Amino acid sequence: MIPNEHPDFAIRCRSLRKRYTSRKGAVDAVNGLNLEIRQGECFGLLGPNGAGKTTTIEILEGLLDATSGEVEVLGMTWGKHDERLRQRLGISLQETRFAEKLSVQETLTLFRSFYHSGKDPADVMAAVGLAEKAKAWVGKLSGGQRQRLAVACALVGNPELLFLDEPTTGLDPQSRRQLWGIIRDLRRQGRTVLITTHYMDEAERLCDRVAVIDHGKVIALGSPGELIATLGGEHVVEFALAIDNGIRESDLAGLPAVREVRVEATGIALTVAEPHIAIPALLHLLQSRRLELARLTTRHVSLEDVFVHLTGRHLRDDYLPPS
Amino acid sequence: MTTYRPLKELSLARLREFLREPEAVFWTYGFPLLLAVGLGLAFRNRPVEKVYVDVELHELAPAVLMTLQQSPEVVAGIRPAGECRDRLRLGKIALVVIPGDPYTFLYDPTRPESALARRKIDDLLQQAAGRTDPLATVEREVTEPGSRYIDFLVPGLIGMNLMGSGMWGVGFVIVDMRVRKLLKRYVATPMKRTDFLWSMIGARLAFMIPELTVILGAGALFFGVPIRGSLMAVFLLSLLGAVSFSGLGLLVASRARRIETISGLMNAVMLPMWLLSGIFFSPDRFPDFMQPLVQALPLTQLNYALRAVILEGAGLVSQSWRLLALAAWGGISFLFALRWFRWN
Repeated sequence: MIPNEHPDFAIRCRSLRKRYTSRKGAVDAVNGLNLEIRQGECFGLLGPNGAGKTTTIEILEGLLDATSGEVEVLGMTWGKHDERLRQRLGISLQETRFAEKLSVQETLTLFRSFYHSGKDPADVMAAVGLAEKAKAWVGKLSGGQRQRLAVACALVGNPELLFLDEPTTGLDPQSRRQLWGIIRDLRRQGRTVLITTHYMDEAERLCDRVAVIDHGKVIALGSPGELIATLGGEHVVEFALAIDNGIRESDLAGLPAVREVRVEATGIALTVAEPHIAIPALLHLLQSRRLELARLTTRHVSLEDVFVHLTGRHLRDDYLPPS
Repeated sequence: MTTYRPLKELSLARLREFLREPEAVFWTYGFPLLLAVGLGLAFRNRPVEKVYVDVELHELAPAVLMTLQQSPEVVAGIRPAGECRDRLRLGKIALVVIPGDPYTFLYDPTRPESALARRKIDDLLQQAAGRTDPLATVEREVTEPGSRYIDFLVPGLIGMNLMGSGMWGVGFVIVDMRVRKLLKRYVATPMKRTDFLWSMIGARLAFMIPELTVILGAGALFFGVPIRGSLMAVFLLSLLGAVSFSGLGLLVASRARRIETISGLMNAVMLPMWLLSGIFFSPDRFPDFMQPLVQALPLTQLNYALRAVILEGAGLVSQSWRLLALAAWGGISFLFALRWFRWN
């Protein structure tokens, strides 16, 4: 079969399943997952650790075999068109430790040599802000610089489709921001980007569409705005009482403009449509009950709230409400 | 426009990584050199072993002592019976002579120096008593280059080094890359897997040339070890050895996922060859029932061939069976390695 060189979808997968069997029994890391990623979009796979993001992306990258299901990448299939596919994909794995004693330039030249056509390593270094480090050994780079090198290695073959598996995990805020800039540039150049992350703010800032994954399945799909809209309100009011007593969820749910009430370990979160109506009502309620307020914050609804709404859990175990 | 050649770039990367690792350079080039020089010095101009004997206290003892002391190789003294036996037991002497009729030799026949002493002392006493040997014999000592221990040792060290750096240089590096997920990253590119494996072996061959030069050169320069065969034959033989052991290293590394695993496996594969393949002494010394195993090891065949070419000036054609055995080890290992190799 001649592959369709210009399909509408960069990636399609149907009923994807990956089963790991061990002595303890079988675990479905990916459990009937469907995805359609359009040409030219930046698509985010979002989910907590262990949700099946990396397994999914590695199957799509042709590095893992699925137990069952169909996968089509750029209109081609793994096992039939591997060489053609590899020439057109750029991949950054979750953790790759490149040779410590090679320089940035040498590493990029090596990766460039694997592709028929691609970019000049010097241009790629400039694009990811590593031009000054061209002669530096990889072993001497900071975490953020190494991560940018990993992205550079994915770019050097001038790919149409990029896979970035948790490119910003463990990076400091400044390095994350630098990488976001690089990814936005790629998107602007019309490349398709599939990115996995467990940072909600990252997905909101970068992605055209997001699939929220939990237990190996897509539990929500849409643009960040659409997903947030499903909560019915755009704002979150979080508060905590000085003494944690005497207030019931039903009391709060009855307040005007409150769409959802969530009791959390550190306080109570209300999803509200109009904060200027909900907050006075809340304060009035507390005052009438003579309850003292320890903390009150408001913020925009985030994908984090969407995830908690869908699963009752936070994305990361170390989640703390923004202060 | 620049053209990029993956095989060249992969090999260059290997060479750079190796040369930028001072420890690796030392263990590959410095260590065998030190070993050759150290062992060469230890075994150079070894003085003729003296024969230590005691004569038990007796009226004939002084006469016996005089006879024995005529030989420069004998160190003898007269001591009381008890002391003689103590000294024999402690290994200070090899033999006790008890004069009388008959003369008694007290010795342990399982100790080589005792057995030698018994023959030597018996000859001296018999000749002094008037024995004439019916056959005239003359002794001529052999110490010319080509038949000393250092001459035997140098080809063995070359073989050992070809094995060690072939297996570590390929096996360890591959497992390290697997641990770093670098192999997986390479597989995620259009890189040809055979290019990668060839670059590993190619880099090994490049490292082999200075290795061979260092050991062979040091042997020739410091100890006058002769190279009787053609240099080309030595080179080709070493090349084959390096390729074969790279294949074996590749096989050993084909599935290991941890550095500890590969270290253990490497040692398990190399230990029998260190012991049995004739690096420090001839493998012919092992008992017959072990010979099939000893002869089947690739390093045994490489060492035989290296000694034949370097010390005896043999041509490669005369070593064809050995070359074939070596090539078979390398080729079969390589094929299995390709089959079993774990890329991610």
